[in-house]
Amino acid sequence: MELLVNQVLAGIATGAIYACMALAIVMIFQAIDHLNFAQGEMAMFSTFMAWQLMEWGVPYWWAFLLTLVISFAGGVIIERLLFKPLAKAPILTNVAGFIALFAIINSVAGLIWDFTIKQFPTPFGSSPFLGSQLISTHQAGMIGVTLALLIALFLFFRFTRIGLAMRAAAAMPESARLVGINTGWMVALGWGMASAIGAIAGILIAPVVFLEPNMMGGVLIYGFAAAVLGGLTSPLGAVLGGFLVGVFENLVGTYIPGVGNELKLPIALALIVTVLVVKPTGLMGHTVVKRV
Amino acid sequence: MTILLSVHDLRAYYGQVQALHGLSFDLNEGSMTTLLGANGAGKTTTLRAICNMVRSTGAIQFEGKPLNGKSTENIVRLGIAHVPQGRGTFTTLTVEENLQLGAISRKDIKAISSDIERMYAHFPVLKQRHTQQAGTLSGGEQQMLAVARALMLRPRLMLLDEPSFGLAPLVVRDLFNILGKINREDKVSILVVEQNAQLALEIADKAYVIETGRIVMSGNATEIANDESVRKSYLGY
Amino acid sequence: MSTIQETAAEAHPANIDVPSKKNMGLGRTASWAMLIILALLPLFVRNFVIFQMTMLLIYAIAVLALNILTGGSGQFSLGQSAFYAIGAYTAAILIEHGNVNYVLTLPAAGIVCFAVGFLFGFPALRLSGIYLALATFALAVAIPQLLKLGVIEHWTGGVQGLVVTKPDAPFGLPISQDMWLYYFTLVVSLAIYIASVNLLRSRSGRAMMAIRDNEIAASAMGVDLSIYKTLAFGVSAGITGVAGALGAIAVQFVAPDSYTIQLAIALFLGMVVGGVGWLPGSLAGAAFIVFVPNIAEGISKGLSGAFFGVLLFVVIYLVPHGARQGAIYAETLFNKLKRS
Repeated sequence: MELLVNQVLAGIATGAIYACMALAIVMIFQAIDHLNFAQGEMAMFSTFMAWQLMEWGVPYWWAFLLTLVISFAGGVIIERLLFKPLAKAPILTNVAGFIALFAIINSVAGLIWDFTIKQFPTPFGSSPFLGSQLISTHQAGMIGVTLALLIALFLFFRFTRIGLAMRAAAAMPESARLVGINTGWMVALGWGMASAIGAIAGILIAPVVFLEPNMMGGVLIYGFAAAVLGGLTSPLGAVLGGFLVGVFENLVGTYIPGVGNELKLPIALALIVTVLVVKPTGLMGHTVVKRV
Repeated sequence: MTILLSVHDLRAYYGQVQALHGLSFDLNEGSMTTLLGANGAGKTTTLRAICNMVRSTGAIQFEGKPLNGKSTENIVRLGIAHVPQGRGTFTTLTVEENLQLGAISRKDIKAISSDIERMYAHFPVLKQRHTQQAGTLSGGEQQMLAVARALMLRPRLMLLDEPSFGLAPLVVRDLFNILGKINREDKVSILVVEQNAQLALEIADKAYVIETGRIVMSGNATEIANDESVRKSYLGY
Repeated sequence: MSTIQETAAEAHPANIDVPSKKNMGLGRTASWAMLIILALLPLFVRNFVIFQMTMLLIYAIAVLALNILTGGSGQFSLGQSAFYAIGAYTAAILIEHGNVNYVLTLPAAGIVCFAVGFLFGFPALRLSGIYLALATFALAVAIPQLLKLGVIEHWTGGVQGLVVTKPDAPFGLPISQDMWLYYFTLVVSLAIYIASVNLLRSRSGRAMMAIRDNEIAASAMGVDLSIYKTLAFGVSAGITGVAGALGAIAVQFVAPDSYTIQLAIALFLGMVVGGVGWLPGSLAGAAFIVFVPNIAEGISKGLSGAFFGVLLFVVIYLVPHGARQGAIYAETLFNKLKRS
């Protein structure tokens, strides 16, 4: 029993990573009604930028802030330059675009910073949290930041005019234009925000998984799974999904015999898919009523 | 009588198919005009062309300023509110959020909440349901919401596409009375597309009849309503 | 992700000038021209190029299968590499452990994969769009790991995989193994292509396309969603399995890490580049995924991924609807020239 509790707690701790990534994913989904497969790579690139700034002597929090601003701008620019021309193209073509972006960013990062693993500092330190052996102060910090982000996003969408405009533009773009909203810029803004959130996720994750161009691969998949599990329309669902996925992953690794690291992923995904078969819109998503 | 909207030689296309063949008409300030015609005649296309929601050529001027080349959202911001077919309600958002969205492009933020109160006064049922999800409202209520949302823009011109669609006759009468009131008291010019010609001709002062993308008849609403041959050939009654 | 078809309420026909998806085939002259080129080309090139062309045809079959699933029935799959792998291993195991003739492994692989795909189709019924993508993704990620499992190592050869003997030309024909294999593959691809075009033109095909365009309306008209959707999955998986079997024979080797999610993504890109739902485009799409990575590496070894991405962007900017759009441009140009 104690093992179970410990593994659950440890799962929640690692789940913070996925929760953070899932938030960025849901953020972009709120803005453009589909998912960006290159988001992990964008987060990785942002994290490398932060690392580079610190290598050049910029103190941690300044590097953090600067990276956020650059990531935000980067997200907006990428959307306006690369994806605005594809706005009228079919969805699958846009997906191909995301894949292309993924390949480009991954390759360029590898060229600039090569594939050797680098250390990334944490502002929270890595001592045991409140004396517990299971959660380090860094992991507690991750959970804290993720929750703070969640609250900030909730307030933004619920109580600001621009948050309302973004929600409207994502839900019904044509109706949004008919109330004077420039839907193109709402999408760009969504990308910028998702990029910034991704940067935060990357900066928090890097101390744990170590910095290298392929660091976000597994995280992105689990992040997607978490976002989908939570119901793609709900930031709270994304965070809950993230924690749940972390717990699933841990329990699968502990309790199912013969499962090495490689099989953890498909089994965790299979569990998630099972949940989806039972509840197709995810834990906290709402069923969309479609009129024919 | 100042001309609010002037449309000249409007041609509109859906892909390779031409839907409007050189429409020309003017709307006077303060008028309530109705656009009539059978299904597929091009009424909806006309409204959409004004808001640049469909590919078109021709000259459209609003308050003397040309609309050509402007995006839909910029046209709306000039003071033209468009209630589309199907109402375009933000079904996943609340009634109040829908109203706030109507005013989202306005800069005078302080006046918005008092405007919302005015809408609730016009349409009490909306106040009752103001925290409800808009998609759960009945057809008639959603239509009220759509009109209220359009009014939140403080438009000078309101375009309505088949507001009576799917509504019970009493509800439609109610709605049209409100539209009349808005036209007279709030000085909002209205262009309403309707298939229910009889009703539309009762409230409008001017009417145009469209058939296969061309205006075939125009004039005073009462004249057209009384002209039996027009009614029989174009309006079906 | 919203479902693949543009939702009726928001899409405006004004913007897209591409003919309806009903036209799933290629014009007469173009088809014959293509066939002649494909038939004669190997006589003029080296063995290695013949091998590349065989792989081209094999990937074209796999892309075609995905096209039937996505372009035909509107279901999204990122898991085709799983079926490809299963087909490949079926062939390899039958040839190496069962001494079965390589020709017979094709229908065997097809049937096995059809069954797996059909069974997968059932739980998939409840999912759509992004959710289905995730489920198929899970399948694609799981397969290479499952193939490495110790319990079946005796059959699968574990991490190292199995070597497959390459067949000789039959009846002692004086052509190389590569050339024989190419023509064999060509005949099989042709058969599959013709069968697929006919399937999509048949009642079942129309039912599937009705589902793709508007599921709710289709079901209201009496189309049995479950049967046709699972059928689509089964057929698509079966064809992919045949491609996998051919692949195993052509490459002479199967191993778990040859069938990763990269393959599934490549097939997806092949479908998009070729034009979703346009079967002849599968060849163009396959050409893209076989040759463009090499071109990218040729431009810059260190940035090969980046250049691949750039080239992909170039293609999707020029022809967002894939090769079909390119073919339409060519056709209108040709017609203009004919008239002048």
